[in-house]
Parts: sequence; structure tokens; C-alpha cells
Amino acid sequence: MLTSPEMTARTADLDEDVVLEVQDLSLDFRLRTEVLHAARNVNLKLRRGKTLCLVGESGSGKSVTARALMHIIDRNGAIAGGRILLKDQKGDIDIATLDERGKELLSIRGGRIGLIFQEPMSSLSPVHTIGSQIIEAVRLHSRMNKSEARERTIDLLRQVEIPNPDKMVDRYTFEFSGGMRQRAMIAMALASDPDILIADEPTTALDVTTQAEILDLIKRLQESRSMAMLLITHDMGVVAEVADEVAVMHFGRIVEFGSVDEIFYTPKHAYTQRLLDSTVKLEQNRRAATRVETPVGQEIILSARNLTKVYGATKGWLGGKSFALKAVDDVSFDLRAGENLGIVGESGSGKTTLGRMLLRTVEPTSGDVTFFGQEAPVEVTGLSKRGLRDFHRQVRLVFQDPFASLNPRMTVRDIVGDPLVVASTLSGKALDDRVAELLELVGLDPAMRERYPHAFSGGQRQRIGIARALALDPRIIIADEATAALDVSIRAQILDLLLSIQKRLDLSFIFISHDISVVRYFCDRVAVMHRGKLVELGTAEQICTAPREAYTKSLISAVPNPDPRNKRMMHRTRFRA
Amino acid sequence: MLRYVIKRILYMIPTLFGLSLIAFMIIQLPPGDYVTSMIASMQDSGANVDPRQVERLREIYGFNDPIWVQYFKWISGILLRGDFGYSFEWNRPVAELIWERMGSTLAISIASLLFVWAVALPIGIYSAVRRHTVGDYFFTLVGFVGLAVPNFILALALMYFSYRYFGQSVGGLFSPEYVEAPWSWGKFVDLLGHLWIPIIVIGTSGTAALIRVLRANLSDELHKPYVITAKAKGLPGYKVVLKYPVRIALNPFVSAIGWVLPELISGVTITAIVLNLPTAGPLLLRSLISQDMYLAGSFILLMGVLTLIGMLVSDLLLALLDPRIRFT
Repeated sequence: MLTSPEMTARTADLDEDVVLEVQDLSLDFRLRTEVLHAARNVNLKLRRGKTLCLVGESGSGKSVTARALMHIIDRNGAIAGGRILLKDQKGDIDIATLDERGKELLSIRGGRIGLIFQEPMSSLSPVHTIGSQIIEAVRLHSRMNKSEARERTIDLLRQVEIPNPDKMVDRYTFEFSGGMRQRAMIAMALASDPDILIADEPTTALDVTTQAEILDLIKRLQESRSMAMLLITHDMGVVAEVADEVAVMHFGRIVEFGSVDEIFYTPKHAYTQRLLDSTVKLEQNRRAATRVETPVGQEIILSARNLTKVYGATKGWLGGKSFALKAVDDVSFDLRAGENLGIVGESGSGKTTLGRMLLRTVEPTSGDVTFFGQEAPVEVTGLSKRGLRDFHRQVRLVFQDPFASLNPRMTVRDIVGDPLVVASTLSGKALDDRVAELLELVGLDPAMRERYPHAFSGGQRQRIGIARALALDPRIIIADEATAALDVSIRAQILDLLLSIQKRLDLSFIFISHDISVVRYFCDRVAVMHRGKLVELGTAEQICTAPREAYTKSLISAVPNPDPRNKRMMHRTRFRA
Repeated sequence: MLRYVIKRILYMIPTLFGLSLIAFMIIQLPPGDYVTSMIASMQDSGANVDPRQVERLREIYGFNDPIWVQYFKWISGILLRGDFGYSFEWNRPVAELIWERMGSTLAISIASLLFVWAVALPIGIYSAVRRHTVGDYFFTLVGFVGLAVPNFILALALMYFSYRYFGQSVGGLFSPEYVEAPWSWGKFVDLLGHLWIPIIVIGTSGTAALIRVLRANLSDELHKPYVITAKAKGLPGYKVVLKYPVRIALNPFVSAIGWVLPELISGVTITAIVLNLPTAGPLLLRSLISQDMYLAGSFILLMGVLTLIGMLVSDLLLALLDPRIRFT
């Protein structure tokens, strides 16, 4: 943390720009057995027209701090100390001391401070129209009548670039895409021209191209209204693209504070350095360094030919019309032995369906999958149930959500040993030894095998999931967004773990991800999918540095670059189709 | 929306046909018919029954026809002439009997439904918002007691207390002097004086169940991000709760209408008998015991129709309440 003389020296000359100042803010939450200090002695200053990024990993207390600025705190929490000073013509207002039900606080919420947050799917009410929710926000802070407020709402929707705002105002949230909902959310936050905008992970749940558009929009609106912005994120790429100043939060404390340039080029605190290292590390192709030899001319282990999956298109009972959706459209590729093949694309591009069809947990509408194991080539699409079971022994899946994919009522030993029990290959002491060996392989202490999944962190759980996938000595592992739910530093660890395991065991990976940096780090070749079609297939280097297709270009250029001196996203190529 | 309603009503036609078949089959299932049970009771009282006369009775009532002819006669009467047949036991048209009881049945049903909502809604909201507080525990306890106590015991207890402490003549819907009297202000006040016991008795278990459902639903909804969005707009706390999460947690309330209607007719028979209420329940029971087939069949059919109507109403209300249902 910065010592106070240093901070006063830095900010003395700019004090009139400050619109909100947080002094020594501490937040406590009463838990069942203890008191959790979610934030301790946090100091922040928000300046007019400037963006302050609050970065940190999950659980560091960033979101709680941001909500506390509007005095929105869960019932078991309280402000334990410190002041939140909102600058006003009449003097400073300390939000921390305001009455929860008081008029003053309500006029600040939404009136002076606007909030946007992460889940575009659930942060708007599903049973009210977009318009009614924004009109409500408009009328809470002004004396407009209904039709004036409606006009104002339509105008706001126009400002956030929603097409046909006069029609969309009467639509419901579920008729909006994720990016559109986030735009509507921004319009609501701007309803009464706030001085301060708090954006809590506003783009985390969005695709890269949508993320670029939304950040772009927020940035432009902020500049034209000279609002102060507090942007909370865990993505250092986003920080580099939009921040003026950065505060790094770790276990409820601000460990480092400085301009974006200082943080990225002369980080002082060890945690900041670690955070940057794991981000920058993902910018390289680690695979190129660890690869034994080039996979050219190697044998093919799995090949897909003309895979297509069509959903819908069945006739309704009363002859109602239904439309067909081509989730995967005529995709062909080969996976070579020992190769890592990445499949990238935005949500809805069909990458998960493709992964499922390779395993035949989703039946392909047409096309073939051929597996070249030790014995004769196997036509996966024509396998019987028993044959499919053997195939699944050689091709395993690692899931996205490390919290949902482990049965909470089974011990780690049972979870990891389960495939062995199902395949009835091992039992008793031999099974126990094998589980211990697998846990050691993924870097977990075998002594922990009696414990239940809840005792482990996200990264550790993903390791357990990997150990389970490795139990039957598979040839291929299909990893579907295996690192998407993990923090940046853990993400790099898990990828390194997979690479080191691959070196020891003869494995091939199909790595499905929306995160281009992860794929670049991990894969030899990358397949880009867009609307069910395989758009481009090439080496990781080529796709990331010299993409050929227009769609790939727009996708790559939308990825935020973790270098504040070289902002990439704002000058991205746009793809129209 | 209109298309949806029309579609739903069209779908009801085959269901109703099935229902009428089942209703008719149920009343034909027990061995014997009304004449058999009439002869049995006549023999019990020592009367001599002439077999020829019995045969003549069967002829008149049409019991010798094949079953499908009987069904056809019955259903065509209902559809073409609104004639539900003739009650052997009461010697009156079934329709007359049913309509006579329907008014009081509906009055009690609707009043209990309103009572259930009026009590369950505020308590459910309170319990969810102030979860794990003394107030919540108190209402939870009361709710479970309400669920656990059988209706008829509650009815007896309330009858005793109102007789002992208010000196009221309990049972029935009216005091003896008003039963045959024409409607007047006095009669109405008298009705209110009697109505509260059946309403409380019939409503308690439903109230308790709905409180639990609402508490569970609302507790989930209260932690959804859209609640924070509403708070961040500057909406006062109580409005935030009422406008957003409560609105979504209301769905089970509306879905309940579907089964509340038939439940109130058949489910509270015991209560109605204990309280001597002139509702449909006791009449249905009596007709089933005496194999008064047209009356029983009509009741079963009517309950099926009420279930269908209740479901339709609750589906339409749900669609009004929740646009996600409307559009899919």
C-alpha cells in the first residue's frame, strides 16, 4: 500500500477533479463462525473524466467494495470504518453514514452514481419490459411525466446504439442478446446523468468482439459526459485498454495504486508482478517451446469428416412451423497423435456441439468420426453401445465448471477412481494406489483423497477433474472451456500442468475455448468456428499473428492487449456479415 | 395471445370427451345400480318386492340398455338440452340440485381462496425478507401447525369456541330464522357471522402451504442480480422487493388456482359435513353411496370441467404475469 505522504503529494494539485473519495474503508461480514474482513482500509479517488480500474482475482473484495460505494451491502455485512466522500457543491456527503432508508441515499443511488454489472442475463428483471425498467429509473430522479420519460428512454437507448429504439423499448429482456442487454443496462445507469459510473466486470460474460464493442461504447459515453468511472475487472488486457489509473486489490487490501503505465511497466508489489506475469505469459505460444518435434507427417489419431448437426426442423403436432438451426455445418478436420488442436469461436458458434459429437454424446445429423487407436480404425458414428463404451475409455472429457462437475457427496478418491470402478479394471489396494498416483500426477497431495470437493479451490477442483479424465490412460482429452472459470494465475498453472502431463503420457488434446490467448498458449493448431462453419484452420502462430479470413481478423483484433502503450482493441477491424 | 386462448379451448374438447367417459365409467363400475340399492333398502325395512315391478322400474330407467346407449342418452341430454338427468333419490332434476348447491359452494370457495391469499402473501413476504428471525420462526411454527391439524378437528374446536364464547348457533351458513327468509341486510350480516368458521377451517392448510412456497421462492429471488439493479436505481427498499422479486415469486400463487377450485368442492367434504354446510361435497358423497348415478356422474363431470377451467384461468393469468411464458 502507498504511504499517505506519497499519496497526498500525488493528488494535491488535482483535488478539484475528485468526485468521490474513499478513505480507509473497511467492510465486515458476519459468517456462521467468524467475521470476514472483505475490505480493509481501502483508499480510492475517482476523478472527473478518468477511469480507475480495480483489479484482483475472485474473492479479493472488489465487487463488495464497489457496491458499498452506493451503500448496497448484504444484510450480514456492515461498514466497519472509514468514509466515502461524495463531492457536492454544498460540501462533502459521507455515504457511509447515510441512513439506509433515507431520501438522500436514494437520490444518490442512480442519481449521482450509476451501476452496471456482470450478468447481462439476470441483472434485468425478466418480467418487465426494458422500457419500463429504464423509465422507472428516469422518473425516480426527475419530475418527468410518463411520456416525457419514455421519450428520454428512447433517446438513451439511441445513445447506447440499440437499433430501432422506439420499438425495442417495449421488448422484454429475453428478446435481447447478451450484448444488447448490457447496452440497455448502460442506458439505465445513465438515466439521470450520473457523475460516477461503477462498472463491475461489465464484459466478463460477453464474447471478445461484443466485449470490444461494449468497452468502446462505455469509453465514448464516459468521455462525452466526462464521468468518473470505476471499472472492476480481473482481465489485465481490459485494464490496459481502458484504464487511466489502476488499483490492485488482494485479500481485501489495495496492495498497489498508480497510473496504468506505472502498474504495467514498473510494478512494485510482488502480487501485481505475479498477476502481470501470468497475463503476459499467456500472450506467447508456450507450446512452441515445449514441443518435442513438429507434428508434420505424424499419424492421424482422430478424423472428422463433414460433421453436421441440425436442431429443430421437425414438424409440429398440428403442423406448426418450426425452423432448423444448423449448429454445426459440414466441419472436417484431423487430429494428429500428440497434437493440441484448439477450437475457438464465440458463444453459439457450435464449438461445444462439435466437441460433443466427437464423443457422440450428441448424435451427428450426418458425417463421420474415425478413431485410429492401437487396433484397426474405428468408425465412431457406427459404434454400438458397447463399442462406444470402449471408445469413451480412450477419449475423455474435462468440463468447464469445476464446481458443478464434481459430485459434492463423493470423496476425491471415489471421484477419481470412479472411471476405474465403472470399467472394473482395478479394485481394493490397486485402485487406491492408482488414485494416489493420479493425484500426484496432477500436483495434488494424495493424502487429501479422503476429503470432499467443497474443501478445494477452483483450481484444485479442476486438477481433480483432470485426474479423473486421466484415470483410464486415454489417448485423447477433449477439454471444453476447461480454464474459463479460473482466475488468470490459476489458468496458466492448469495449462502448464496439462502440457507437462502431455509430455509424460502420450496424449492429444482438443481444446475448446472462447479465449484466444489460452488457445494460443496451449495449442499447435487452431480451428476458428463461426456460425457452425469452420472458417479457418492453421497453426496457432499463423491464426494469431497473420489471420487470413475476415472473421478471424476481426476476432483476433478484438482481443484486448495487455500493454497500455499499444492499445489494440480500439483500432480493431470490424467484421460485417 | 388470442390464438393461444383459442388453441387451449380447442384442446379442451377431446379432454372433456375423455372426462365424460371416465365419469360415466366410474359410476357404472360398482356392481348393481340404483334399483338394486333401492330394493336392498326396501327389503331391510321389511317391504315385499315384486320382481315384475323391479323389472318394470329397470325398463323405465333404461338400465337394460347396452352401456354405450346409456352413455349416449346421458351425454346428448347434457349437450343438447342442458339436461343432466334425474336424481332417483331426490326425485328432482339433477341440474336443479346442483345449481342450488353451487351458489353457496362458490361463495365459500372464493372467500377461502381470498382468505388464503390475503394471509399467505404478506406473511410469505415477511418470512422471506426477514429469514431466520424470531418473526419468521413464529410464522413457520404457526404454518406447520396449520398444515398438521386435520381440518375437521379445527372445525370442531372453532365451533365449540364460537358457541361457548359468542353464543352463536354454529353449523350451516345461516341462523335457523334466516334459512328460508328472503335476502335482506340482516340475512347478509348473519351469513358473515357464520362464514368465518368454514373460511378459516378450509383456508388454514392452504395458507400454510402457500407461505412455505412463497418463502422458498422469494428467498431465491431476493439474491438475484436484478434486485441489486433495482436498488442501484435508487428505488426505496420495500418497492424494490414488491415490484421485482415478489412479482416473479407470485407464479405458484397463480398456478394454485387450477387445483384450488375442484379441491374446494370435493376436498372439504368432511369439513362440510362437520359444519353442516349446504355445499356440493356432502351431496356428492350421498349420491355415491346410494348409487344415484346421474347425480354422481354429473358431479364428477362438473369437477373435471372446473379443473380444466381452473387450469386455463391459471395458465392465462400466468401468461399475463410472466411474459416469458407468453412468448414460448
